[in-house]
Formats: sequence, structure tokens, C-alpha cells
Amino acid sequence: MLEIQDIRKTFFEGTPNEVQALRGVSLSIQRGSFVCVIGTNGSGKSTLLNAVAGAFIVDSGQIELDGTDITHFPEHRRAKLIGRVFQDPFSGTAPSMTIAENLALASRRGQSRGLTWALTPSRRENLRDRVAAMGLNLEDRLNNPIGTLSGGQRQSLTLLMAALVKPSLLLLDEHTAALDPKSADQVIRLTQDIVSRDQLTTLMVTHSMHQAAHLGDRVVMMDKGRVACDISGQEKKRLRPDDLLSRFEDLRRANQLDESAAEMLRSQYV
Amino acid sequence: MTLLIGSLTIALILSLLAFGILISFRVVAFEDLTVDGSMTLGGAMAAAMIVRGTHPVVATMCGSLSAAVAGAVTATLHTKFGINRLLSGILVMTGLYSVNLRVMGKSNLPLLSQRTVMDYADALSKNVFHGQSIVHLAGWEASARDLSSLLLMLCVTTTIGGLLFVFFRTNLGLAVQAIGDNSRMIRSLGVNVELMTTLALFVGNGVIGLSGALLAQYQGFADVQMGIGMMVWGIASVILGETLVGTKKIGFLISGAVMGSILFRLLVAIALRWGLNPNDLKLITSAFVFGALVVPRFISRGSRLVRRKQNA
Repeated sequence: MLEIQDIRKTFFEGTPNEVQALRGVSLSIQRGSFVCVIGTNGSGKSTLLNAVAGAFIVDSGQIELDGTDITHFPEHRRAKLIGRVFQDPFSGTAPSMTIAENLALASRRGQSRGLTWALTPSRRENLRDRVAAMGLNLEDRLNNPIGTLSGGQRQSLTLLMAALVKPSLLLLDEHTAALDPKSADQVIRLTQDIVSRDQLTTLMVTHSMHQAAHLGDRVVMMDKGRVACDISGQEKKRLRPDDLLSRFEDLRRANQLDESAAEMLRSQYV
Repeated sequence: MTLLIGSLTIALILSLLAFGILISFRVVAFEDLTVDGSMTLGGAMAAAMIVRGTHPVVATMCGSLSAAVAGAVTATLHTKFGINRLLSGILVMTGLYSVNLRVMGKSNLPLLSQRTVMDYADALSKNVFHGQSIVHLAGWEASARDLSSLLLMLCVTTTIGGLLFVFFRTNLGLAVQAIGDNSRMIRSLGVNVELMTTLALFVGNGVIGLSGALLAQYQGFADVQMGIGMMVWGIASVILGETLVGTKKIGFLISGAVMGSILFRLLVAIALRWGLNPNDLKLITSAFVFGALVVPRFISRGSRLVRRKQNA
């Protein structure tokens, strides 16, 4: 389904700010699988997601989705296969356009957009039903600009928009991180509903150990631009947030060990 | 009365210019400086073709089309070659000055004895006013020819405005609107933002070129200087229109642009009547746009301060 082979990306190459964001990541995700990606800041988890989405082209390696090699596709061509929800609730919707217009835009994701009427009465009715099914009481506000809604409502709509045309892959980039706990909860419930109803293949980046432990069927932990551990199957089912935290602690110790060991060697040999 | 009708006619022609500015500056948020050049190009191309005996409607359309191409060139300089938006516009605008001189062959091309689209106004006058040369309008006397020119421009502006409105209700038009609102989002929904920006500037400058072509035929000459300052004029109309309608819905913005253009033209006509030196007009226009951009911010800051005092 999604086959990532040894992708690498270095930003600001050759400058003092050089960052090796991805140092050879390989990942294979099966159809219908829900994968959580966790990691500390700068571990490369968001970069991984952006590499798949096409925000930049990787330096080397290959990305294959649904049998298509998308490594060199620009972002807008990948959109045919990928639905996205961003961290910032304001990134996923056009604020001065109405709810109905935003949904109409999303209903043609990856398809040609010709000179046909965007909001026919039947299309409007159909979109109204989809919004009503979310249970947010927004179905009577379809003609309001989306900018008048709260962050949680906007993020819920973005989620609906990402899945309006069934994507081969759903990318969620810490999509609850900027929300208050109650809205975050609501968005997570909606995520579960949509993913399980359409059996979407999902890649979700999250900061929350709680979400990583309870959602999905696989957890990938990133560290320093590599996959540090990959938990699935029965082990994932038994996983608790504390287990993940202790794994982080292990990683941190290992990193410290590397540095202190290097320091020791330097003091002895230099 | 003649002054009023003349002002209204020019205002309607210039509301096409305001449409173009609306598309580039507001809808796709592209600060397009091609305007001054493409407006002249529209007029120059139409005038040059009319002088060579082309049918005026064909000439007008060619003027519009050539301006549209100029807009697409600006967009391409930005999207394909990564040149800054303002600089792309400046490069094209500057280059167009020479192009316009080449097209016209000289700096001013009179059209007085030529067949122009204004002849349709005469035909219209024969039909509507039955050949009367003076029409009594609510107690005022007005020349039938002037009135029919006004009527013709009203038709053209309404048609173009209507077409734009319909365009922005289509799937393609909706995608173009989303570019200025949230380009990241619309890219993630599979829209080629670069291509759509080019399309928007093509359409926008096409409308601006049409405005230039009609203006040249209305005033009876094309001049290489006729586009100078037109961009600021258009921005002034768009801002006025936005203030008048007070929403960001595209249909209101389109009609607002017409209203803004008319209001601004009337204000200018009144100011000139009161003895404003025409040479000062551009300075006044600039100052007006500056004021329109800054005053709302001061008002909101002022009201915030007032609220803070009340709370304290």
C-alpha cells in the first residue's frame, strides 16, 4: 500500500544550520492499517509526513503509494491519493469562504475542476447530510463563512473534507495538538468514526502518548531521523502510555550514553 | 448633466478595470503591477487595429486578449522563474511601454474619424430615443448620444460582471477563489496553484485590457500614457466598494467594485468642478488609497483603546 524505501532529506545542506531530518527511513504500511507516529521534537516525524504529502521532494529513496511511484510527484498531484489534516486548525479551511464552498472544493479533490456549477441543489443536499452525520449541529450553517467557527469545529470539518473523496492514505499531522482538551477529544472520536467507517489507511503523527497507545494498530517511534521502534500486533494491543514513556526514557539514556562515551574516549585519547 | 453622464460612462468603463484589480489583488492576492501597462496595451492594440480597418468588436477583443497574455507573462515570471511578484509586474509593465509604442507606431493615436464600438451607441440611440438628439430626463436635458453611450457601457459592464460572478460559482472559479484565501489548503486538495494564479491573472488583465480598449474608443484616442496611475485608481474603487458592501462574498465584491468605481469617479468629478488642478489628481488618488488603507486600522485601534478604558 504505502511503501517508503530508505528516504533521506537534509535541509540547509552545506550551511551551519544543516539538519539531517530523515536519515534513511523505510516503512511499509498495509491497506486499512492505522499507524501512529511518535517522537520527540526534531525526531523527523513531521518531516516524514511532509515527505509523503509532497511538501518537498526527498533527496534519495523512493515512496510508492497504491502501486504508483509518487517520489517525484508535486504536492497537488499527490492530492489525488492523499487526504490531509494539518496541525493548525486554520490551515485546512478557507476562512472567508462558506462551509458549503469549502466542502464543494474538497469534494473535487484530485479531480479536474471545470466550468460546471459548484454547488448544485443536489450537491448541497448531499453535503448537508454529510455534515449532519458528524453531529456538530453545523448543517444549518452551511452558508456561514468557515472563519466564524471555532478551532475544533474547523478541524472536524477539515477531517470530513479530507475523507469526502475516499483517499488511499489519510495523513493527520498532530491534528489535535492546537485544540482544547474537549475539542481534541471530539476530533479524535470523529477520526475513529471516519477511519473505521471507510477503512482508511491512516498515518497519524501525535505528541500524545495516550492517543498513540489507544488509537490504531501500530506505533512507530522516530528518533534522530530514523525509525527507533515499530510496535504492532498483540504487542500494540497491550501497549500503555507508560510503556511508551519508558521507551522514550531508554532512548534518551542511549543518546546520553553515546555523548558521554564519546566525551570519555576524547579525554582519554586526545 | 452632460458632465454627470460622461462621468458615469467613464466610471462604468473603469469598473472593468476594478474587476481586474479585484481578481488579482483580492481574489488570488497577487500584487499585480502589470495593470498600468496592460490597460494601455488593450487601448493601443484596439486603436491600432481599428486604424488599419479591423472591425471594432474584433479589435476590442484582440486588445483584451493581448492584455490577458501580458498578465499571464507576469504570472509565469513569478511561478516558473521564481521572480518576486512585484518585480515580475514591474518588468512586464516597463517592457509593455515599448511594446505599446511599437503597436501604435507613435505615442498618440486618434480615432475620431474611425468606426468604433461607440457607433453601436448611435445605433442604440436611434432605436431607443427614436432619433431625438435631446432627451428630457426628469426635467433635465441630456444628449441622446451621451445617454446611449452610458446605456451601452452599462450593458457591457453588467455582462462582464455577470460572467465573472457565474465563473466564480463554478468548480474552477471556486478553486481560484481559494488561492487567495488559503493556498496551502487548496494545494492539498489537488489544485495546481501556479497554473490557477496564471489563469486568474490572464482573466484579470483581459478585463483590464477590455477596459483600456473601450476607454480609448470612448475618448477617441489611445495614448501611451493612458494607463499611468490606473492601478491605484482601480484599488481605490475596489476599497471603496468593499466598504460599501461590507462583506467578502464574491457577488457583493463584484457589484461593490462597480459602485466603488462610480462613487470614486463622481467624487473626482466634483473635486475637479470645485477647481481641483487635474495635475494634482494622481497625488490625491494615492493619498485617498493610503487613507482608505490606514483609517480602518486606526478606528479599530481607537475602539480597542476606548474599550480598554471602559474595562479599566
